[in-house]
Amino acid sequence: MSTVAEQANPVHVRSLRKRYGPVNAVEEVDLDVRSGEVFALLGPNGAGKTTTVEILVGVRRRTSGDVRVLGRDPAEDAPEWRARIGVVPQTTGAYTDLTVREVVEHFAAFYPAPLPVAEVIDMVGLGKQARKQAQTLSGGQARRLDVAVGVVGDPDLIFLDEPTTGLDPVARREAWDLVRYFADRGKTTVLTTHYLDEVEALAQRAAVIVGGRVVESGPVAELGGRRATPAAVSFARTDGLDRSLPALPGDAVVEEAEGLVVVRTHHPTEAMAALLPWAAASGVRELPDLRIHRPSLEEIYLDLIRSNQEGGVV
Amino acid sequence: MSAPNAALTQESGAVVLDPARSIVWRAAVSRSSVELKSFFRNRQSLVFTLLLPVVLLVVLGSIFSGTVPGTHTDFKQMFIAGIIGCGVMSVSFNGLAISVAIERDTGMIRRLASSPMPKSAYFIGKVVRVAVTGTLETLLLLAVAVVAFGLPLPSTTARWETLVWVLLLGAVACTLLAVAFSSVIPNARSASAIVTLPFLVLQFISGVFFPYSQLPAWMQTVAALFPLKWMTQGLRSVFLPNDFARVEPAGVWELDRVALVLAAWCLAGLALSFLTFRWRGPNVR
Repeated sequence: MSTVAEQANPVHVRSLRKRYGPVNAVEEVDLDVRSGEVFALLGPNGAGKTTTVEILVGVRRRTSGDVRVLGRDPAEDAPEWRARIGVVPQTTGAYTDLTVREVVEHFAAFYPAPLPVAEVIDMVGLGKQARKQAQTLSGGQARRLDVAVGVVGDPDLIFLDEPTTGLDPVARREAWDLVRYFADRGKTTVLTTHYLDEVEALAQRAAVIVGGRVVESGPVAELGGRRATPAAVSFARTDGLDRSLPALPGDAVVEEAEGLVVVRTHHPTEAMAALLPWAAASGVRELPDLRIHRPSLEEIYLDLIRSNQEGGVV
Repeated sequence: MSAPNAALTQESGAVVLDPARSIVWRAAVSRSSVELKSFFRNRQSLVFTLLLPVVLLVVLGSIFSGTVPGTHTDFKQMFIAGIIGCGVMSVSFNGLAISVAIERDTGMIRRLASSPMPKSAYFIGKVVRVAVTGTLETLLLLAVAVVAFGLPLPSTTARWETLVWVLLLGAVACTLLAVAFSSVIPNARSASAIVTLPFLVLQFISGVFFPYSQLPAWMQTVAALFPLKWMTQGLRSVFLPNDFARVEPAGVWELDRVALVLAAWCLAGLALSFLTFRWRGPNVR
């Protein structure tokens, strides 16, 4: 059951399912994207991310489930609803025989209150290419033209399906700036991506889809119990070190195998404060292989995928 | 109803207040201008759809000689009447089927479907494209035919009227059939090749290159199922002397039947377009 507040979210999805013949591309997806946030959809290829986004933007019909986007059912395909959403599909479009400027002007003509065309072209970093034929653009430039086409209507809700795939690092950062530009203006963004650094840099919340199901969703910083997972302080045993460790933080769990000491704790700074004088007292000035490790989003993500694919869900 | 829904209803109300006609108008103007730009800037569409019939007219018009058996009519005149029908079919059927296939394959149709563009604007743009290029093609062929091959222009107002309605009905039928036919084209690259096949075959069996009366009966029967045969027959009534009708299958021009068959194809084309045209789906990239 969902509350009235949840139904007021820009994107509200319950029990979404999409079947192609015998295959369930989307099995069970629940999503709530809140107003003004950047929400990331993560998942391996074929997990159902793109199908989900295509249903949300109304270019694909769902088999069942409850879907509200800006308060309406995308299947209605209402023009005034379309005017409020921006879509950048996964595959890069080709616009033959038109210049960059003409392409953006063309799409601007369909919206009641578009952004100024020159401004949008500058924003995606194609200012110098404005008069160039669109089919002569490089892959990365063509992708940016796609983004321009998607946002020229000044949408309240933007769907970006892998917008930075194929962009060089500089262009990726520019695309990030663009996402932040819309976020700063109070717009809501739904982003699918393979790049976890992109998620950490841009998104406040994320959902991980594996095998057509949402296996995890929440604030990026807490994804997969990330905040609950202790940090690991580790170093290699060396001659001269006292056999017994000093007094460590109360929650510390110590493992020792093959000469490597691992201290798992939520208080790594305290652990270090105890370990360093202890080593110095034994005359060890340098602890070999000393490191403090916190699980990265990537590790959390790969763990989530691994544990969810083991059940035979592919 | 919750507050945001109420806000949305208000907003959609505002859009409705904005005259819907002006939204369609603006979108249709934008679509039409893009259609024409992409036609005239694209070398492939210029050469294959606009110039090919002119080249055929010049080359074959210079080769063909003699009279059509059973008549006193110059073979060339019969051929020219037919090639005008081909020209109109070329810009409407070939040109349009190729452009829809390309737009579907390159993501244009998907992006248009994701925008608030009124769907009618897309088809208005296509109609403008066919109207402009079809008129241009007809004038081009007529000019070459008159200047280089001494084709007499239609002699009576009635014949001019026939010229206009035959080309108009033919163009509408071919346009609608093109939209339907584009759905069997798998991708943009193969579009020209796939479209050329029916076009070429119909040209041979519809009385363009060979007098229709000289074709085997079964071929005549097949050709009579398609619009081009009826277009060329109507055009022969416009440009050829009345006694040529003797070698037509019925011994007369059968203009009422020409109108009937072409109108039937318009309706069939409309129905097929409705059934096959997709704004979304696995083939719309």
